[in-house]
Amino acid sequence: MEVGMLPISASKRGKLLAAGYTSLHSISRASASQLATDIEVSEDEACEIRKYASQTSALDRSIGNSSNTSNLYGGQTAWTMLNEEKFSTRITTSCVDLDNILGGGITCKEVTELGGVPGIGKTQIGIQLAVNVQIPLEYGGLGGKAIYIDTEGSFMVERVLQIAEACIEDMPEYSHHFHNNVQDCEVKMHPNSILENIFYFRVCSYTEQIALVNYLDKFIEEHKDVKIIIIDSVTFHFRQDFDDMALRTRLLNEMALKLMKLARKFCLAVVLLNQVTTKYIEGSYQLTLALGDSWSHSCTNRIILFWNGDERHAYIDKSPSLKSASAAYSVTTRGIRNSNSSCKRIKMV
Amino acid sequence: MANKLIKQMGLPNSIANIFTARNIITAKDALSLTEFELMEQLDVGMAEVKSAMAHISEVVCPPCQTALLLMEQRVRDERSAGHLPTRLRGLDEALCGGIPFGVVTELVGPAGIGKTQFCLKLSLLASLPENCGGLDGRVIYIDVESKFSSTRLIQIGIENFPEIFLKKGMAQEMAGRIVILRPTSLSEFTESLHHVQVSLLQKQVKLLIIDSMAALVLGEHDCGASRQQALGWHVSFIKIFTNSNSSDKSIRSHSIKKEDRAAYDSHLVAALGINWAHAVTIRLVLEARSGQRFIKLAKSPISPPLAFPFNITSSGLVLLDDDGIEMKGSEINTIHCQGQKALFNSEW
Repeated sequence: MEVGMLPISASKRGKLLAAGYTSLHSISRASASQLATDIEVSEDEACEIRKYASQTSALDRSIGNSSNTSNLYGGQTAWTMLNEEKFSTRITTSCVDLDNILGGGITCKEVTELGGVPGIGKTQIGIQLAVNVQIPLEYGGLGGKAIYIDTEGSFMVERVLQIAEACIEDMPEYSHHFHNNVQDCEVKMHPNSILENIFYFRVCSYTEQIALVNYLDKFIEEHKDVKIIIIDSVTFHFRQDFDDMALRTRLLNEMALKLMKLARKFCLAVVLLNQVTTKYIEGSYQLTLALGDSWSHSCTNRIILFWNGDERHAYIDKSPSLKSASAAYSVTTRGIRNSNSSCKRIKMV
Repeated sequence: MANKLIKQMGLPNSIANIFTARNIITAKDALSLTEFELMEQLDVGMAEVKSAMAHISEVVCPPCQTALLLMEQRVRDERSAGHLPTRLRGLDEALCGGIPFGVVTELVGPAGIGKTQFCLKLSLLASLPENCGGLDGRVIYIDVESKFSSTRLIQIGIENFPEIFLKKGMAQEMAGRIVILRPTSLSEFTESLHHVQVSLLQKQVKLLIIDSMAALVLGEHDCGASRQQALGWHVSFIKIFTNSNSSDKSIRSHSIKKEDRAAYDSHLVAALGINWAHAVTIRLVLEARSGQRFIKLAKSPISPPLAFPFNITSSGLVLLDDDGIEMKGSEINTIHCQGQKALFNSEW
């Protein structure tokens, strides 16, 4: 039923059908005052209904017209997207091997999920990214701010300070890589200014988490230079206190859609940290990421962190454009670094 | 925050009344429905639902702080919201001062390794006056297995701080700051947590020790999902009021023995499973390997995994080496325990 597509309340829809308006065409043909008397609503509401009807029917008409595909309501051609993708910015993780398998770093405009056993370094990677997003443009970074949403209370400021100081010390290395000539850039940042650009929210229940994701739209409008949102971890509040699993799936899906919308609208990266759980597969218990199978579909990219002997590894489990590969990384006092270098500076190949 | 009434949020009256009419009273009710469901239930258009939800979300959402503000707060409140020094130099250095406030710390280890001894010493340290390096506060000790021994507590006090404890009346005052609760079941424990919340706000409680979590649950539930669910609420609760009152929490966990093939070495697994392991912020694992006891900093956001050898003397836990050995890989989370035979052999 075409009238069913209009975003109006159910009772208004019922009234339209009862009054004989079964197609959008019939609604747009009638005048606003006629509509108002027929379905017993005010003139303003009738105007609104007619506006919705004409918008939706315009969409219908243009689908039939294939020569004007680029004017489709809200659509883009693949060619324009290709140009965008080529120049899309990435946020480095400070570990060259990890950056390589990610194609340069964490991509903006996409939702990336990182999951692993406790103690593997998820929070560490989150903090490293929150610091790295602030690397100035002259050094090949984004010069942006970060939003860190903490659901577990594992954000330790002392550690952020450590990583921030180490990042500032290592910045000349970034400029060598970026400019390819030996030029000593004078830009010196202070660790306090790095701390100032990380917006921190402490969330204590799933209600607050959902409310916060809703509010982020307005927040980022006011702080346009936010370039990364990190949620650590997205699972914690959804794993306890939920009797209705179907409700949980619906809420998580809605949250994932909102986050994807934010990523695309403001061109920022969304990084979600996830926990693991045991699942009974093929006769044995195995570790998989929490929140279930429906959630697995929600993120664009999925990286699993695990122990391989004595080393920490990251494995790209799911991505539309990156090859499945794994890389080793290590967590040092200076943050996330390559695993085989005994010296703590980044090796530029 | 989640239980805020929609009526009091400053929404335009028309929409606020519709919410009440459909029995959506608190913010939690509203946020537990997707926008589509709300549209159907409230019988209003999508645009109105979106703007009402945006308003409700803004009100319920937690306040924004910057990392710089957090740092300044930490530095300023180092005394009351910083760390509890454990007086084990290597451990304190690794933890940037001691057991941090506002987070949950877990102690795991096999039977008889020294967990209760460590907790006794911590409760003593928290009750000491500030000029001796204590917190000058009260301690609530939830003792499920009846392991708390006041005699031992006083003995540790006398050995470590003779100048305080041998003074008249001091021992009584220090010991008087430690309140011991003995719940016998999970429901009693839940009740006592609620009572604790009230007294935390009224009195100067700086440390909460729960000894032990696993003992509460092991008796009542089967393995796996139901046990984790039962504890899930407790974890959230403890975390929330830990944070809001910024007092220190320290929880001890039991361990189950899992028999391995080797005769003298058994590998143990922490009792409460992986869900719990994610929930705590700092995890200290106590174990015994080749006759030597180790305390491992297995999970911590500020330091690499380090292991310190220790002994138990009349003055409590004493570290033998303050530098610590760094561990990698699976070593971090495994818990070694010598079989009874081997321990006896190595001592005699």
